[in-house]
Amino acid sequence: RGGEEEEEEEDVEEEGGPRLYPGHIPTSPLQKALLAAGSAVMALYDPYRHDMVAVLGETTGCLALPNLRDKMKHHPEGYRILQERPRIRLSTLDMSRLRGLPDGSLGREYVRFLEDNKVSPDTRMLPKFVDDEELAYVIQRYREVHDLMHTLLGMPTNMLGEVVVKWFEAVQTGLPMCVLGAAFGPVRLSTRKLQVLATELVPWAIRSGLNASCVLNVYYEQRWEQPVESLREEIGIFPPP
Amino acid sequence: VYQVFESVAKKYDVMNDSMTLGIHRVWKDILIHKMNPSPGTLLLDVAGGTGDIAFRFINYVRSVREQQLQRKLKHHQNLSWQEIFESYQEDKSNSLGDSQVVVCDINREMLKVGKQKAQHLGYSEGLSWVLGNAEELPFDDDKFDVYTIAFGIRNVTRIDLALQEAYRVLKPGGRFLCLEFSRVSNPVISRLYDLYSFQVIPVLGEVIAGDWKSYQYLVESIRQFPPQEELKAMIEDAGFFKVDYENLNFGIVAIHSGFKL
Repeated sequence: RGGEEEEEEEDVEEEGGPRLYPGHIPTSPLQKALLAAGSAVMALYDPYRHDMVAVLGETTGCLALPNLRDKMKHHPEGYRILQERPRIRLSTLDMSRLRGLPDGSLGREYVRFLEDNKVSPDTRMLPKFVDDEELAYVIQRYREVHDLMHTLLGMPTNMLGEVVVKWFEAVQTGLPMCVLGAAFGPVRLSTRKLQVLATELVPWAIRSGLNASCVLNVYYEQRWEQPVESLREEIGIFPPP
Repeated sequence: VYQVFESVAKKYDVMNDSMTLGIHRVWKDILIHKMNPSPGTLLLDVAGGTGDIAFRFINYVRSVREQQLQRKLKHHQNLSWQEIFESYQEDKSNSLGDSQVVVCDINREMLKVGKQKAQHLGYSEGLSWVLGNAEELPFDDDKFDVYTIAFGIRNVTRIDLALQEAYRVLKPGGRFLCLEFSRVSNPVISRLYDLYSFQVIPVLGEVIAGDWKSYQYLVESIRQFPPQEELKAMIEDAGFFKVDYENLNFGIVAIHSGFKL
């Protein structure tokens, strides 16, 4: 796949190496450093720039991503995911079937979450600055599974809910972007919300994150029928407060 | 090229300021000063999108006009109040002294942004906006006193055609002015400039405009563009006389000038 892309495109000399996957933009170390700094500042300045959060994740994930990939490799279900490379998008999901599943099942609750919060799995950005094709898939999987995290944690997509999920993800993945998001996200919350966050939600998110097995090792697409509660127990996520 | 500018239009000005650290404003000021337009000049600004050159032209002509009026008033010290009042009235009606600028751009989005800016900044008279292609201008022969193209000729596929068109629409005695990125010959400056261009500018594009690729294209297109002497020769080929250029900032940018006789 990587070879085909190179032959099809006539590039001028690329900085930092060849293109390894569609959408890949090779970058030099200096460019990555500048991108990391710039995207961090921009993400704080304009929280609606989700693309900047994505770029930050890619440029700072050089330690966390290989770590995650190895966790997946050494787990039977995670290994299968790496092999089969499933993608979560509206075109691959049978929405009507999922909607028809019993209440409380993963599929039903996931669709409910998408509809209640008016979000779609297709808005996730494709990776650009990750210089390894497999790691690019890992970060892609992490992004696509994010909505399922919301479902499993029972958190909505408002600022508060997102911060809680970020805390959970920070503990689970170790991605610097999650850590930064978890630490800086709360600055835009009211004091009342901050209190709830600090006293109840964050401790629960951290406990769950530490207790749970790696969330990327769950083949969600094969577990739509499984009740959310049972999946939570299996992974090790404590019931939400 | 069209698609590049569609996505770029809205953030164009912000990006220009960030990429050049605001210096592009100085370059454009120098261009207008070199032009030294007098009131009554008819300017065609091609690829003028968001109006930077047009607004500067209007400002310049306005201030020249004001100076003219002040001199005239001083001269009128001996006249009766009635006569002074009448002459003041007739002059006031054209603060621009009949100068006009036509902004022509191939991209509707850029023109839209330019019109909005004009409204926001309070420019109304002496300004018109036309959709058009530099290689095939929608104007008659021998119409304009000055033709400018600032940071636009680089994006034209057939530069020779654009130059021919420029020659065609200018009046005899008219002036061609081109402000564009050019070649840096100084090796030290060149290395620093390349480093900045290739390492920093695409990053700025991604962070500010969410668009790495367009700004990568921009940097590459600058390197592909003909250097000073070659562009001079091309301008001469189109029929212009007394063609000359002035380097700004070691050749990072150059202003080429020529006359139609």
